[in-house]
Amino acid sequence: MSLQFLLDGAISGSMIGLGAIGITLTYSILRFSNFAHGDLMAWGAYAALVAVGAIGGLLGGIAPIGPLSFGLPLILATLVAMAIASAIALALDWMLFARLRAKGQAIIVVMASFGASMALRNLLEFFFTSSPVYYSNALQIAKPLGFGIRITPDQIALLAMTFALVTVMHLYLTRSQRGREMRAYAQDPALARVVGIDVRAVIRATWLVGAALAAAAGVMVGVLVQVRPLMGLDLLLPMFAAAILGGIGSVPGAVLAGLVIGLSEAAAVQFIGAEWRAGVSFVILMAVLLIRPTGLFGVTER
Amino acid sequence: MTILSTRNLVAGYEPGLPIVRGASVEVAAGEIVVVLGPNGAGKSSLIKAIAGLVPISSGTVTLSGQDITALPAHRKIREGLAFVPQTENVFPRMSVEENLRLALGIFRDRDVAQGLAETYALFPDLARQARLLAGSLSGGQRQMLAAARALIVKPRVLMLDEPSAGLSPKFVEQVFARLQEVRETGVSILLVEQNARAALAIGDRAYVLVEGREAHEGPARSLWDDPVIAELYLGKRKDAS
Repeated sequence: MSLQFLLDGAISGSMIGLGAIGITLTYSILRFSNFAHGDLMAWGAYAALVAVGAIGGLLGGIAPIGPLSFGLPLILATLVAMAIASAIALALDWMLFARLRAKGQAIIVVMASFGASMALRNLLEFFFTSSPVYYSNALQIAKPLGFGIRITPDQIALLAMTFALVTVMHLYLTRSQRGREMRAYAQDPALARVVGIDVRAVIRATWLVGAALAAAAGVMVGVLVQVRPLMGLDLLLPMFAAAILGGIGSVPGAVLAGLVIGLSEAAAVQFIGAEWRAGVSFVILMAVLLIRPTGLFGVTER
Repeated sequence: MTILSTRNLVAGYEPGLPIVRGASVEVAAGEIVVVLGPNGAGKSSLIKAIAGLVPISSGTVTLSGQDITALPAHRKIREGLAFVPQTENVFPRMSVEENLRLALGIFRDRDVAQGLAETYALFPDLARQARLLAGSLSGGQRQMLAAARALIVKPRVLMLDEPSAGLSPKFVEQVFARLQEVRETGVSILLVEQNARAALAIGDRAYVLVEGREAHEGPARSLWDDPVIAELYLGKRKDAS
């Protein structure tokens, strides 16, 4: 039996985990399930696609870095994509979510995020059609790691990048003032105002960070699989399952749970059959909600 | 010199249903002022309205001569007005030290290390518990942390909503002794209390709030000694003075 599924699961799990960070933050701080999060991911991937073309055109052909399929242009394009996704999230909040939040009913905001999700996705299909595209046509040679596992240079680079992003995110939330303010606001919004926390700044930071990480995850999925308008929607259920399994509000929890879900999906494909892959997140989600609704790292709400 | 005052303050959660109905109270520099009154008199709402947490429909709040009526809650701390809510006044899933860092970090120009050192010198218990989650502290320790968190930013006025609630008599004594020390450092205090005896013992002046406005006002000692007020509003029996 090949153990390749472990690596495949870890890689798709780290993309899920990266996306779940934004979901867990919006859920704990803005108190609603943002169903448009997956589409921010897809917008990030397409923004990088456009930016990589523009940067390549400006700077001329730049060779990929070492054995990777991509080079400096895609790295720069990813930063552009993160900024664009953040701008879209802030614009959506200003146009839609903030106004509905002020009315005080969370379910209306959730429904609005469904609408935003559809609109964002259809816009992508309108501009880019629904056929998949790729950042590069380069073929990657997978290197054997032993135990029948093979890994491509891209996969190594993206695993390292995920690890770096998650570490930075964790430090931001635990060591920076704004990060502490975000955690404080999630725990007790009224007390947060009493100690002088500017709620609007916290909300802005939440969208910026969540959307930027979604865009980064979108580019990674694009590099490893393909870029499609539906790529975010397909990951939405696994990402929600990860956010809930990890415990709402917990960044390490979301990442770890993303890995658990990625590995479970890969195991399901390996041992049961590929058609069961999509069911895995659903089963995990239901099991967590029934057995331990607070998730792995969650706490009981007061 | 008056440092904090309200004038004809009307406030409440629902428009048309005011809980505070025209209250005018004053706190002079370096003074401890106590607000007493029967349940439902609007004591807690008054202090929350001053803190910006209960909507004000008319009247004014003035701090050091500046009108702060319309200032949002999170800006009041920057003007030197600190508030300690009655319950849920610490972030339970943050350590003691994180609670303090968070509060001081609001002021970007303050020296965090120095602020922490000064606070730990004042509250040695907190220094020992710096790494513990605030949610694991006892009720009395939480009140100490909440007060320390408010004081670390060096406010001009400290407002407390029933700091003695739920504490053992020994802790009540400690908390109130601390408040007297705080006043010695030049901080003015506005205190809402059910525990009239303990509060009047440290207070300079007191107001008795009835139906959302002040019904009596005077030196703390004289309110306690006034048999009519004491019996009607402060829960003191004639035979138990």
